[in-house]
Amino acid sequence: MNMRVAHIARNTFREAVRDRVLYNLIAFALLMSGAAILVGQISIDIERLVVVNLGLTAVSLFGMVIAIFIGIGLVSKEIDKRTLYTVLSRPVRRWEFIAGKFFGLAGTLVVNTLFMAAGVFAALLYVSRHFQHSDGWIMVALYFIVLQFLIITALALLFSSFSSPLLAAVFAFSLFVIGSFAEDLRGFAAMTQGVTKWLASGAAYLVPNFSALNIISMVAHEQGVSRQLIFYNTAYALIYTTMALSGAVLIFERRNLK
Amino acid sequence: MKSARRTAMVAGLLALFSLAGSVFLLRRLDQLRPAGTLEDVLYLPSPKALKRLSLGYDGLMADVYWTRAVQYFGSQHAAGSRHFELLAPLLDIATTLDPHLVVAYEFGSHFLTVKPPNGAGMPQHAIELVKYGIRNNPDNWKLYYDLGFIYYMDLKDYAGAADAFAQGALLPGAHPWMKVLAGRMAEHSGETQTARLMWTATYQETRDPNIRANAGAHLRALQVDEDVTALEALTARYHEKTGQFPSTFADLEKAGMLRGVPRDPLGHTYKLMADGRIEVREPDDFPFIEKGTPPFYTPPRMPKFLPDDYAGKR
Amino acid sequence: MRPPGCSLSLRPQLLIIFYSDIASMAAIEILGLEKTYHVGFWRKKPKCALKPLHLEVEDGEIFGFLGPNGAGKTTTLKMLMGLVFPTGGSARILGMEINDPRMKAQIGFLPEQPYFYDYLTARELLNYYGQLSGIHTDRRKISEILERVGLPKDGDVQLRKFSKGMLQRAGIAQAILHDPKVVFLDEPMSGLDPMGRREVRDLTEQLKREGKTVFFSTHILSDAEALCDRVAIIHQGTLQGVGAVADLTASVQGKVEIVWQGNTVPASIRGLGADCHVTGDTVRAVIAEVKQDAALEALRRERLRLIALVPVRTSLEEYFMHKVQDAEQAAAVRV
Repeated sequence: MNMRVAHIARNTFREAVRDRVLYNLIAFALLMSGAAILVGQISIDIERLVVVNLGLTAVSLFGMVIAIFIGIGLVSKEIDKRTLYTVLSRPVRRWEFIAGKFFGLAGTLVVNTLFMAAGVFAALLYVSRHFQHSDGWIMVALYFIVLQFLIITALALLFSSFSSPLLAAVFAFSLFVIGSFAEDLRGFAAMTQGVTKWLASGAAYLVPNFSALNIISMVAHEQGVSRQLIFYNTAYALIYTTMALSGAVLIFERRNLK
Repeated sequence: MKSARRTAMVAGLLALFSLAGSVFLLRRLDQLRPAGTLEDVLYLPSPKALKRLSLGYDGLMADVYWTRAVQYFGSQHAAGSRHFELLAPLLDIATTLDPHLVVAYEFGSHFLTVKPPNGAGMPQHAIELVKYGIRNNPDNWKLYYDLGFIYYMDLKDYAGAADAFAQGALLPGAHPWMKVLAGRMAEHSGETQTARLMWTATYQETRDPNIRANAGAHLRALQVDEDVTALEALTARYHEKTGQFPSTFADLEKAGMLRGVPRDPLGHTYKLMADGRIEVREPDDFPFIEKGTPPFYTPPRMPKFLPDDYAGKR
Repeated sequence: MRPPGCSLSLRPQLLIIFYSDIASMAAIEILGLEKTYHVGFWRKKPKCALKPLHLEVEDGEIFGFLGPNGAGKTTTLKMLMGLVFPTGGSARILGMEINDPRMKAQIGFLPEQPYFYDYLTARELLNYYGQLSGIHTDRRKISEILERVGLPKDGDVQLRKFSKGMLQRAGIAQAILHDPKVVFLDEPMSGLDPMGRREVRDLTEQLKREGKTVFFSTHILSDAEALCDRVAIIHQGTLQGVGAVADLTASVQGKVEIVWQGNTVPASIRGLGADCHVTGDTVRAVIAEVKQDAALEALRRERLRLIALVPVRTSLEEYFMHKVQDAEQAAAVRV
């Protein structure tokens, strides 16, 4: 791997850690332990269901918030503080900067998710006393959540490469919401006719597809996940991330850093 | 500068290729999860809970569920499936979220009632759905029409149908033929004529392409049934007179019983069989026909609607 | 990238390097560099930030790039650093194109008022920049650099605890960390106290002694006067002149501020055209530098106690104000 990309990634990770991003884990831990205790006392038979649903949803939301709010600042903060100037006046190419920033935040999110995953499993152990075979699917759900983080991080970078941080956050968040309904959106598009159909389908295919990546309720109901789904979801997430990052690089390469 | 241009080119190509790749993968994913979105319905079976969870955006959620219902029906129908268990809950959720979604009641009255493979075969559920719609939209005469339609077509409950049409006819803006229908129900005579009137009304009034295509196919089927009945009566009379069946339509013409070669609603000539029966040339083109099919004919798994029914005049 | 057999195609590159070695008397060559921004949201109006600029900076000189705020100094520097793309023209640094990574490994840049990564310590910051420059930075090397910029004891303090002056020093440290041949400093003196200014001045002279080229921008004439071999003066995006500072600013009269104890202004001093302010029991008077001796003489005669005599720093705004005023007066006389 390109060493400069690695150095920038490492510095981005260090920034997130030192700026106390991982403090969200405390809130998460409180939420999980509170939920485990409450659920253990009030709902019989569905403790597992509630813990898995709540835990994975919280992992997803916490991570999304981090991905969006740090993602939009990755570039603009370095411009505001003029640190980007000192980086780009060195033998660092602009695409290396974007790639480094992406891998740094992605790494932060992976580490954050690992901690949260431990929390979910701990709460699960607390309410059901033992693990069972189907709990392995929770790992798959967590993996899909991380894939979602990659997509949204790349999108946040893309939007922040041409708009203000606030607008970029709005864009990224809207795409997260719209992407969660991506399959319905393609359904809508399929119902229209003529030119509209082309335009609507085009838009629907451009939106990131988070619905196939969200298997929280499936997993909570102890349903298995097919290998094909894992394979295609992985391929899709990586390719979509590449697309968004290439877009970010394309825009950033031409940008005048006023 | 040169390296910057190269980076831009690589990034541009990468973006294009990954765009194509993502569309391809999305299609694979959609195939992989044919009922992907619909599984969600099962996890939240209570429409009321869903209404609360939609945080006040229930209008939008209703639209989403309505789309899911149409998609579900369309994909199951296209696959030739005989199972439509999710159609009723999907329509229930959509109408609970937005009780004024009239198109959903209309859709339900048509596709919940009919037996598989053309519908879910749940006329009682459809009646409840439409009655719920009437409670929430008491001024909409079309819902009374839909209700009467189910009573008449699927349950053969003439009293119930007459009641529904008569009530609807009193509403402001009601189409004049509501009164006619109420009268017909009371007499319950001339069933083909009544059916034709109702399907024509549906064809003209609906704005839903699926319902329109369905109505168009039914209208053509009624025409075929009527033609075949009339033509077979002619061949029977010919047989009575001459002791043998006509071998061509020309024989009937010579006997002065027919003018020209009769054609079906799609413009093909009818076939005259050796035993005096009449058949259509392309039975697959006429779903819902009861007469004019070859012996032991099995209709295709999925009824063939014609594209011009969708694009038909509004 | 290139197959090893293709040695012929390498030859033109070699020729260019050879050629540039001969011609590399100039560390920086600016050939008609210009920049027009488009401002506004709907109907974008062109705004000229820099008219075509021609400039050559010799190898090993300290070159001052002077101009009032908003004159186009930072835009020029940003174009040289490849941060902003020029609308026209070109520039070469050490004989290489802008954005050439080989060139960038040999230059250092201090942007105007940098904040830096405030979650890092000074050591971590320098280590990071060293990695990006592709050089090996050990503890000793970083300590040396910190010593050089006057932060010997602050290496392990997070930058968020640094004062503005300390940040500026850290900024200079990162600019000279990788032993660059050309150093670009954008307003290196701003935000520094007199001691700090002095240190930056010493540092710059030291860089020159090491054979480096220093290109720095400022809007304060005296900073340039004390340091530069040559300066270029730029105003409203247009180059006004290049040469030694003294030659260029000969028309500007220096001023001094004289402070003495008392609450009256002797008529003899008032007669020198002084601009006087009385506060409590001290009087401050600003007069032209050439009349300084006469004023001191007058104070001695009046037996007034002198408290301070300070040269007033002339900023380029004043210089241009004078120039503009002179031009207007000349025009008025002609009418």
